[in-house]
Amino acid sequence: MKTIQKIGLVIFVFGLTLFSLLPFFGTYQLEKGTVEANVKEIHTGKMVEVLSPMFGKTYSSNFAFISDFKSYFNTYNDGLKANQEWDKVIWDNYAFALTKASSTGPVAENPFLFLGITVLIGVFGALLYILPLYRGQTEGIKNDGIFFSSMKSRGLLGMITGAWLILFYIVLYWFPEYITNLVLMVDPISMAVSGNPASQWFLYGFIYTLAIIVMGIRMFRKYRGNAYQTIRTTSVMFSQLAFAFLLPEILVLMNMPWHDFKNIWPLDYTFFYEYRVEGMVSSGALGMFMLVWGIILIVIGVPLFTYFYGKRWYCSWVCGCGGLAETLGDPYRQLSDKSVKAWKIERYLVHGVLVFAILMTGFTIANYFSGFELLGQATDQLHSIYGFAIGSAFAGVIGTGFYPLMGNRVWCRFGCPLAAYLGIVQRFKSRFRITTNGGQCISCGNCSTYCEMGIDVRWYAQRGQNIVRSSCVGCGVCSAVCPRGVLKLENGDEDGRINEMPIIIGNKSITVKA
Amino acid sequence: MSKANRNIVIIGNGISGVTCARHIRKKDESAHITIISGETDHFFSRTALMYIYMGHMKYEHTKPYEDWFWKKNRINLKRAWVEKIDFEEKSLIFSNGESMAYDVLVLATGSKPNKFGWPGQDLKGVQGMYSFQDLELMQANTQNISRAVIVGGGLIGIEMAEMLNSRKIPVTFLVRENNFWDNILPLEESKMINRHILEHHIDLRLGTELGEIIGDESGMVKAITTKSGETIACQFVGLTVGVSPNIEFLYAQPSKGSKPLEGFLKEKVLQTNKGIVVDRFFKTNIPDVYAIGDCAEFQEAPASDRKNIEQVWYTGRMHGETLAYNLTSDNPVPYQPGVWFNSAKFFDIEYQTYGFVPANWSEEYESLYWEDAGGKIAIRFLYGKSDMKIKGVNAFRWRLRHDYFDKAISEGWMFEKVLTHLNIASFNPEFFKSHYKAVLDHYNKQKGKSLKVHKESFFKKLIGSRA
Ligand SMILES: Cc1cc2nc3c(=O)[nH]c(=O)nc-3n(C[C@H](O)[C@H](O)[C@H](O)COP(=O)(O)OP(=O)(O)OC[C@H]3O[C@@H](n4cnc5c(N)ncnc54)[C@H](O)[C@@H]3O)c2cc1C
Ligand code: SF4
Ligand code: SF4
Repeated sequence: MKTIQKIGLVIFVFGLTLFSLLPFFGTYQLEKGTVEANVKEIHTGKMVEVLSPMFGKTYSSNFAFISDFKSYFNTYNDGLKANQEWDKVIWDNYAFALTKASSTGPVAENPFLFLGITVLIGVFGALLYILPLYRGQTEGIKNDGIFFSSMKSRGLLGMITGAWLILFYIVLYWFPEYITNLVLMVDPISMAVSGNPASQWFLYGFIYTLAIIVMGIRMFRKYRGNAYQTIRTTSVMFSQLAFAFLLPEILVLMNMPWHDFKNIWPLDYTFFYEYRVEGMVSSGALGMFMLVWGIILIVIGVPLFTYFYGKRWYCSWVCGCGGLAETLGDPYRQLSDKSVKAWKIERYLVHGVLVFAILMTGFTIANYFSGFELLGQATDQLHSIYGFAIGSAFAGVIGTGFYPLMGNRVWCRFGCPLAAYLGIVQRFKSRFRITTNGGQCISCGNCSTYCEMGIDVRWYAQRGQNIVRSSCVGCGVCSAVCPRGVLKLENGDEDGRINEMPIIIGNKSITVKA
Repeated sequence: MSKANRNIVIIGNGISGVTCARHIRKKDESAHITIISGETDHFFSRTALMYIYMGHMKYEHTKPYEDWFWKKNRINLKRAWVEKIDFEEKSLIFSNGESMAYDVLVLATGSKPNKFGWPGQDLKGVQGMYSFQDLELMQANTQNISRAVIVGGGLIGIEMAEMLNSRKIPVTFLVRENNFWDNILPLEESKMINRHILEHHIDLRLGTELGEIIGDESGMVKAITTKSGETIACQFVGLTVGVSPNIEFLYAQPSKGSKPLEGFLKEKVLQTNKGIVVDRFFKTNIPDVYAIGDCAEFQEAPASDRKNIEQVWYTGRMHGETLAYNLTSDNPVPYQPGVWFNSAKFFDIEYQTYGFVPANWSEEYESLYWEDAGGKIAIRFLYGKSDMKIKGVNAFRWRLRHDYFDKAISEGWMFEKVLTHLNIASFNPEFFKSHYKAVLDHYNKQKGKSLKVHKESFFKKLIGSRA
């Protein structure tokens, strides 16, 4: 490793460490005015009353602050619940908003400074490390030493990274009040693009986008000379930056609902929720366009594009989850499980989630049109179960947190309902396949090892059979790493796409065999 | 002998033995099938050994079938070394003294690295590269060393250079020929690979032969000398001067102190030459005993452009397929390989070949060679001077469609037709820069012709269709 890369790593670790420690800094002070400014009008009176013992008190840590807040708030609510006074219970969660507004520490005063010495310096360090990668080396596969690497083959570093990611997601989803300092750093940016202060989701989107861009640059270095990888990576970087990050915030600036035009139901599982539909319907022509466009994507876009190009058009070219997996997750692609057992579990799980998403959405729509007579508020329960179990725990905590443990496509492979839908089209009605080049396979196993979806590519290749699998996201890496030029992702006639009884070319003794 | 419930025993769990077993099972439910190997418990890909050393894969990844596969297909695996075969009694004797009976025996024992009796060839730190044990030995032998020398410029030699290079061990590569692999590759191709080897900072010594290997007091290698008298200090010597059939154990060796029995095989002596001699049905001179893969030697070469001993992965597989067919069919077929094909990778340069492209050719043939300006992409065609039919192709960093060239060569397509359809014959990944126009221009210029590329419609390109 070159010295400059070592310096880059040190700087990156410094930034990351500071980022992780930042939530522990600062002081917190709640005032009456803060409460009034941050809770709904109907709750103002009660909340001021409940929280009044905290006013004027300076807390030296967010833990102390949140603990006091929760004890006062819960005491109030618990009392009502015990008396079954359900209508008086305050169901809204104000912990995040109030903690953020009460922060008086250095971060609140100097958001740019702290953004600079955590995130931006981390990006700088990462680039110092990444840009010189493979400099002075010839174009070609760069997999040397992957299975000796602690980071990339479930060693200590991999475990630590996994643990960090898991923790980050848990805090982000369920305890955001503890990371208000981090959110405060990006407040000015959020104000600039959307005119609103940042939520934890803005912070997340910001870091997510940066991760895709920085690690996308790493992809350019690693797969230098491979045009397919370069173009595909550029596409996911652009999609994330433009469609998932900037455009939705600009929509908010224009008083439109936050909307990601490339997200498709059922991955975008809230698309048919009442608040989303009403948001769209009440936002004029553009809002209607969002609704119609979303539905067109589901009923025409997915089948049509998948018919012509396979599910890769979405999964490894456009999708945000796929984008992160293909960039941040690329160093871990070899950790996916290739066993037939894993494939079985995959099929049950991913189609199970699809069924769940369809049922949930079906009930939601039926309930909506029946004027909430069908199920009343029960769909809310369904939504929160789905949101918790699938939307947060599966897609986030497991989906990304498990990169260093089970490979970079855990969510896409085992959980994503959209991937399941795309996969069904790809398997049964598509022109896409990975063609096996006659008898050239030497069964080396590089393709299977580096398939992030855990497809045992070699199983097909060594029998001279084309690879037609619903889960293949068309990342093209199997083809890239094959040392014998055996695999080609291509779209072609449906005839001969699935060659179940292939004739391995080269042996003229026997002509057709099973 | 009735075919039901036969006890078929295969010695060797390499590609040929395993392919044979799998295909027997597909067509014969009742046979008892046993595969024996002393090397590893399970079949692994020998061609992938280098990737384990380089950290691209672990041993587990090189196993083409999961471990449950064998039981499910009722293929018994036995880990043991066969020491003797009693062809009379139809029985195998293992190194631990146990024995095993067979009805049908398939010998698929592979190869072993050549050693040519160099002084010092048995020192510590000197080794070949064939088996899993060799790989383990190499891992141990190359810890903390400051230079390695590789002797022999073939495919395994260059793989070994790449392996050592991946661990940043300086390599001196002794190649007897004047250019890398120039007994197989035409001059331009050889020279291109020379350059590429140098680009990887390998100390390539062309036209250089090993003199002797010198050890220190502890029996470790410390240097080698070349025939021209140069001494090169090194702590590891890789001997990669080809392989030969692994049949030594068949000559009744001494075991457990007992002297080899003269005439152990009595009148039943397995006929061997360099390898185990077989006919086109893989039959040896002893009934119910067959040989396939690297260890087999055909009485007559299976085709005019084929050798009597075929030592590649693909042929091993075809031997296995064909023998399995014959063992389960009433109408045995002779082994009849189709158009030759092979592939390799020289560091970053992939190589594929189809048909007939020798290092030198006679007057009857003509060749077209094109090399990209960067000097790493190249293609060569060989075609008949008078009939203009395509005979073969070498491609470097340019993946070609096997089915296309198999057809073109076996059906004797006109070379110019192939040349104008190169866009269709190419197997490069999507979006890769294509060179078929450059090749055609090159030919047009040479011959004063104006052939045009067979065009695809825009729509077809858009949806990625191919003819
Ligand atoms: C490093 C390397 C790279 C290669 N790369 C390529 C390539 O890229 N392309 C290509 O086409 N070919 C390649 N080859 C050649 C190819 O691997 C061989 O041709 C092929 O593996 C031969 O298969 P086989 O089944 O005949 O024998 P083997 O694979 O050698 O299997 C024979 C087995 O029998 C066992 N055995 C032998 N004797 C006994 C005994 N007495 N008792 C018990 N077990 C015994 C051996 O231990 C071994 O496991 C490569 C070879 C090497 C070594
Ligand atoms: S099969 Fe190949 S293209 Fe498909 S997901 Fe796996 S590595 Fe990517
Ligand atoms: S990487 Fe290529 S040669 Fe190796 S097993 Fe896969 S398809 Fe076969």
